[in-house]
Amino acid sequence: MISKSRSLLMRRLALHAALTPLAIIWLFPLWMMFVFSTMSDYGIFSPDIVLVPSTKFIENFLNLQADTDFLRAMFISITVAVIYTILSVMLTSMAGWALARYRFAGRSVVIAIILGTITLPFAVVVIPQFIMVAREFKLANTWVALIVPPLFNSLGVLFMRQAFSMMPSELFDAARVEGVKEWRIFLHIALPLARPTMAALSIILFLASWNNYLWPLLINSKPGMMTAPVALGTLIGLTKVSWGGIMAGAVLLTAPILFVFIFLQRHFISGITAGAVK
Amino acid sequence: MRLNNRIAYAFLAPYLLIFATFWLWPIISSFLISFQNTRVNPWRFAPSMNWGRLVGDPAFYNALYNTLIILVIQVPVMIALATVMAVFLNSPLLKARPLYRFAFFAPVVVGEVAYAAVFRLMFSADFGIINKIIGTVGLSPVSWFDNGTAAMALVIMAVTWRWAGYNAIIILAGLQSIPGDVYEAATLDRVGKVQQFFHITLPLLKPIILFCIVLSVIGTMQLFAEPFLITNRGGPGGATETLGLLLYRQGFTSLNFGYASAIAYTIAALAVAISLLNLFFGREAK
Repeated sequence: MISKSRSLLMRRLALHAALTPLAIIWLFPLWMMFVFSTMSDYGIFSPDIVLVPSTKFIENFLNLQADTDFLRAMFISITVAVIYTILSVMLTSMAGWALARYRFAGRSVVIAIILGTITLPFAVVVIPQFIMVAREFKLANTWVALIVPPLFNSLGVLFMRQAFSMMPSELFDAARVEGVKEWRIFLHIALPLARPTMAALSIILFLASWNNYLWPLLINSKPGMMTAPVALGTLIGLTKVSWGGIMAGAVLLTAPILFVFIFLQRHFISGITAGAVK
Repeated sequence: MRLNNRIAYAFLAPYLLIFATFWLWPIISSFLISFQNTRVNPWRFAPSMNWGRLVGDPAFYNALYNTLIILVIQVPVMIALATVMAVFLNSPLLKARPLYRFAFFAPVVVGEVAYAAVFRLMFSADFGIINKIIGTVGLSPVSWFDNGTAAMALVIMAVTWRWAGYNAIIILAGLQSIPGDVYEAATLDRVGKVQQFFHITLPLLKPIILFCIVLSVIGTMQLFAEPFLITNRGGPGGATETLGLLLYRQGFTSLNFGYASAIAYTIAALAVAISLLNLFFGREAK
């Protein structure tokens, strides 16, 4: 008995001895992002190894704001992410509802298309999407250009479809017998029941929009219409730029999401695993 | 399920409209553009111009080579690391589990620009903290941005940091779906933990791991932000230029949409081909 509990203790120690260095390495870039954001440029470029935060965050942020209008960019990013999330949840739940609850001509074709596009790289549509939105619709540097093209989201439809198809059909049939219209059944019975799924989906969509880089970089490159990641990206690689400022911007982009992540980890995780585990 | 065409399509209409406008039409259009000379106004049909150029373009082969090197090194390393993370996080012996979960999963929510900025600063040759730390153990500093191999290693490390936790989340969910009595039976039969991992856990995880590999292949084939931001536009001298970056330069710096479309189709075709190959061999080995 004693030897067994000792080997268990050894195994427990070995596990932590292996995992702790890895965890420290993994946390290191995030910790340094925070430390750098509180250091003066002079401190960042000094030969000392500094691992603890200083007090210059506000100064750094003001330097950043002088280099690029970051507050405006943050405002655009937040607004776009909120509107995008609402619209995308609406579209994907409507489509998911149709696929889960009705038989109709062309149903298998629609499902095949949605599954097919999951594995299709964005690279293949980015050129014509850009030509169409910027040149034909003349929508470069607008809110619409940021919000509408990314609305096509196959994973969201599958996620919502799964939620709706797991609901018992008696629920809806009873309402139909009463003569309730289909859109009312969707709106007043199905949607409220799908709230947990919609919450998880909203978090994933908000995150995707908040962090989206390539499309906003291409389509909204005018100062004043840039999203926060794009505005920050333009500073990386410039010679005369405040690195403390860039780090303050990186913290402002990351900290709110990280904060939400700590409290809503479950939703993040169910959103990420939705596509994988059936 | 109810048979109802009109109502079903009413619910689907907004979504399908977006799909047709921003995906279906671009996919077709991209194919057509790749056969046109887009350097004249108006564009002219020139079937062999872009595809002919692609076949003989050293810049394309360089980008293809770099992308495949990243694919061959980064994806297996990351998936192995993610599997280790998931298995350890799943261990009942682990204390302070939320802390470890946070450490590995947090990079998943960090945006490309934010983390690219930190990596660039940390790995700076003269005053980066990584070279300072390397210096304290007596090694000479590495010029991460001027040495092609070091720059490539940096891109690989950055992508691995960003995505290992993402894959660990998926693999952990797979682990948790394996019923515990399988292991109980094995333990009763005196099968060691390591053997249990290789003979029970890995075979059962295989479909999940294959899914992660396919996702990673698709991501790597269009890798753009890391070489663009961290190694300064694919530097030094194209040593970290990927297919995604080449597409960006041809399409949006040179505004040669025809050639960029040909590159885009090559990326998509390679992603699909490598994914199918993976799935094929994954099934075969069962």
